[in-house]
Parts: sequence; structure tokens; C-alpha cells
Amino acid sequence: MKKKYAGIVFVLPHLLGVLLFLFLPFLDVVRRSFAQAAGGFAGLSNYGEVLHNEAFRLAAGNTIRFTAVCLPLLMLLSLLLALALYGIGSGEAALKNSLLIPMAIPAACVALLWQLLFDNHGMINGMLSAFGVAPVSWMSTDASFYVLVGSYLWKNAGYVTVLWVAALDGIPGEVYEAARMDGAGKMASLFFITLPCIRPAAFTIGVISFLNTFKVFREAYLVAGSYPQERIYLISHLFNNWFLSLSVDKMAAGAVLLSVVTGAAVYALQRAWEE
Amino acid sequence: MMRRKKRTAGSVLFSILRCAPVAAAACVAVGPVVFLVTGSLMGRGELGEYLAPVLFGTEGFVTWRFLPMYPTFQNIVELLCDSPEFFYMFWNTMRITAGILVGQLLCGMPAAWGLARYPFRGNRAVYGLYILLMLMPFQALMLPEYLVLEKLSLNNTLWAVILPGIFSTFPVFLMYRFFTEVPEEILEAARIDGAGEGRVFLYIGLPLGRTGIVSALLLQFLECFGMIEQPLAFLKDQTLFPLALYLPEIGAERAGFAFAASLVALAVPLLLFFAGSEYLEQGIAASALKG
Repeated sequence: MKKKYAGIVFVLPHLLGVLLFLFLPFLDVVRRSFAQAAGGFAGLSNYGEVLHNEAFRLAAGNTIRFTAVCLPLLMLLSLLLALALYGIGSGEAALKNSLLIPMAIPAACVALLWQLLFDNHGMINGMLSAFGVAPVSWMSTDASFYVLVGSYLWKNAGYVTVLWVAALDGIPGEVYEAARMDGAGKMASLFFITLPCIRPAAFTIGVISFLNTFKVFREAYLVAGSYPQERIYLISHLFNNWFLSLSVDKMAAGAVLLSVVTGAAVYALQRAWEE
Repeated sequence: MMRRKKRTAGSVLFSILRCAPVAAAACVAVGPVVFLVTGSLMGRGELGEYLAPVLFGTEGFVTWRFLPMYPTFQNIVELLCDSPEFFYMFWNTMRITAGILVGQLLCGMPAAWGLARYPFRGNRAVYGLYILLMLMPFQALMLPEYLVLEKLSLNNTLWAVILPGIFSTFPVFLMYRFFTEVPEEILEAARIDGAGEGRVFLYIGLPLGRTGIVSALLLQFLECFGMIEQPLAFLKDQTLFPLALYLPEIGAERAGFAFAASLVALAVPLLLFFAGSEYLEQGIAASALKG
């Protein structure tokens, strides 16, 4: 094989698959989002319909709220865990592994457990009542939001902690040494060395955590089905239901909107970070 | 490590304060596994007693014991001997997962190598496209994938889940990261010794990029094994369903059986997780940090 063509030969089989199964169909959906169901140009009317759709507004609002609460919470919590964990000594590997375990647990395996935890007569309420707190109807009131937040944190905290630890690993020990010589205390090192040094990693960690927010659908769906309590009806539920009812033009416009918003969010994050 | 110091009472106290939250988080993370283990060792009578508030709506709350009062293998035996449907769904899950992983190895791995090592025309454009697709949530790609699968009349076959899975771009990205770190001099040396590009890839790229390959496959395995969205969208026939769609159907009345089934299902990813935890960690780290 000549070197000149080798690269293309290596890439081609996968690239063809990507074009055939993902990229071209996506372009086709972009086209459909501007078309009428019966054929013919629809302009932005599909988009208008989606944006005025009651269910879409509910789901979009919920998804934005969920992301806005979860992302900072997850990143902060796991940064604290990483700071505590980093250089803890002999137990570091074992602790990291235990924290990572939720990654390996399929959502389906804990569906029943989640039900037993969050039922009105479930274990969480049992624990609360032991402290004299009144039971909460987790799955049928707005409290369901916290069930979802909890699931997300449980699933992703270990993963993100490992990411932060890797970022901390990248800071050369000499920098701390030099700071200590100059009389910097632990807190000063944290604020003037550690945090600035891991800032670039924070961007990618943020993007990964953001993408994983969509996967919380698995837990939500398994515990509460296609139509969960109103507060946790997410974009993923909506798309799934549109999909089942085969509302192709609404879905097309919705898919394009979702990808544009996702892309714009990542781009905006990146710009904000580089400044 | 250079940072090891002499231990004083203060530093011991500090390390306890530091360990406690991490240890607590670790317990929360591992807790569900412990639950599944104890639950699957409990008999129907014992579980019925603990779960009565949920099952029959009696007063009080669900309770739990982390050591079963009367441990029994009843559930495990029922699962292994008396529930062919479990194995059927398990087999579906394994076929889906194996199909995707083999496809990733045959197509994704060479693509990562090609992108990492050959600055051909359009290389950066392809790379950009891959990153873009990697960032798209499944919900945005669900309809496009469905329409093309419909055209190829692949919907409601396992291929509908396998083929788009093979062309997911995250594993390629991860392997790419590791392949770019192989020093060019070694490849040049091999070429001077007369090795063709295929040989350079097989005998140098593969062994040196091993960590990336293993970690990408491992992460992909964990992802595929628990897949819900894709089979839910593309499969109608219940006999094609993977385990992840079957397990939640079992219900709390058969809690012991459900725990045992979940535990057996969990055993596969968990064993791989422990076998490959070192690779996994490096893969996770590489996915976020510039190499």
C-alpha cells in the first residue's frame, strides 16, 4: 500500500458508514424540517409549530432547568471529591474504582431498587421518618426532580472525579514546591496554582458532563415510563413520544433545533473559556 | 511520590477528615451492588416481609437487612433453571454488544489510525465531522437513523441497533488520541526496513496504541450493554429485546427473581470493569485531557 493513499484507505470504510448512517440522513432531516408532510416547501412553519407546542415548551424548560442545576453541582461535587482523593495514599486506586462502579451498572439493573427507594413507603421515606421528617411523594410531585438529580449525580460523580484527578495529575509537583518555598499556604496553592491549572480541563469535563445529562433518560424512563411526573418530562421523553406517534415533521424540526442548540452551547462554552 | 511527610497527630486527623467524604461517596456508589447481592439471596417470605409496605400498601416503610436472615439460592436456581426468556434476552444483548464491538475493531480502529497518522487531504474536515457527531445526543440522530434504517428495511432487526452503533464516533476519537502519541520515528524506521503501511499499522500501531483500543472498547461495551434508547426506538418485536428492556418488566412482586436477574446481568460488565479498570481509567483521562 502506498503511503499517499494509505490514510484514505484506513479511514474510508468507517467514514462511508458514518456518512450513510448518520451524516446524510441528518442532512435529509434538515431538508424535511423545511418541508410539509405532504410535500412542498413549508418554510419555518414546522419550527413555529414545535416552538409553540405545549409539550415542547414543558420539556425544553425542564431540560434546561435540569442541566442548569446538575452541571455545576456535579462538577463542584466531583472536584471536591477529586481534591480529597488526590494523593490520598494507598487507598486511592481502590476508592477511585469504587466511585467508578456506577458506570458499569446498567440502568435496568437498578430500576427496581430505585422504585423501592423512592416509593411513598420506600426506604428513603423510612429514613426520613426516623429523623421525624414527613414522607415525601417522590414520584408524583415536583420532588421527582431531585430523584433525577440524585440519579445523575450517582451515575456520573465517579467518572467526573476521575477526570479531575487526571487533571490534577498533570500539574508538576515542582510548582507546588516552589510556591511553598515562597511561603504559600495550602489555600493559596489551591487558589493560585491548582484551580488555574485545571481550568482548561474544566471545559472538556463540562462538555462530557453535559452530554451525559441526556442519558439520565434511561433511569427516568425505567422508573417512571413514557409519561413521568410533569417536572421530569424531558426532551428525551418528548422525542420518544413523537417518535412513537410518527410525527415526522415535528421531529425533524425538533432534531435540528436540538442539534443546533447543543452545538451552540458547546461553542459558546468554548469561546467563554478561551477568553 | 515526593510529598510523603512524617505523620503527626494533626496530619492523621486531617487525612481522616479527608478520607471520610470520599469513603462515604464510595459507599453510595457501591451500595446498589450490595443490595442486589443480598436481595437475590433472600427467599420469597423474607423479601415479602421487608417489601410489604410497597407490595401490599401496609403501614410503615420498606426495610432492609444487609445479611439475609435465611439465605437461599432459590432465586438463582429459578433464574438459571426455569426462565429461558432471561437467557434469550441475555443472548440478544450479547449479540448487539459483540456486533458493535467487532465492527468498531474492523472499521473504527483503522479509521482512528488513518486520521491520526496520515495528513491526507480532507483529514481535518473528517475529524471535525467526527467531533461534531460525537457531540450530538442520540435524540437528535434518532429520526435520521430511523429513516435510513427504514429505507434499508433493517428496522426491527438487531442490525438496526448494531450498524449505527458501529459508526458512533466516540471510540474513534478516543483511539485517535492514543494513536497520535506513537512516535513517528518508529514508523519511519519500520518503513525504511521495508514494511508496508498495513504492516506498520498491525505490528507497531496496534501494540503501541493498545491502551487506547482496550479502553475505547471497554467504554463502548459498558455503553452498549445498558442501551435503552436505541432498542426502544428501532425494535418492535419483543423477542429481539435486549436484557435492559426486559429486566424492568419483572416487577416488584417477583423482587427476589428480579434481583437475581439483575445481578447476573450486572456480573458481565462488572467483571470486565475490574479486569480492565486500569485501561478504563487511562481512557477516561485521555478523553478529556490533551495528550
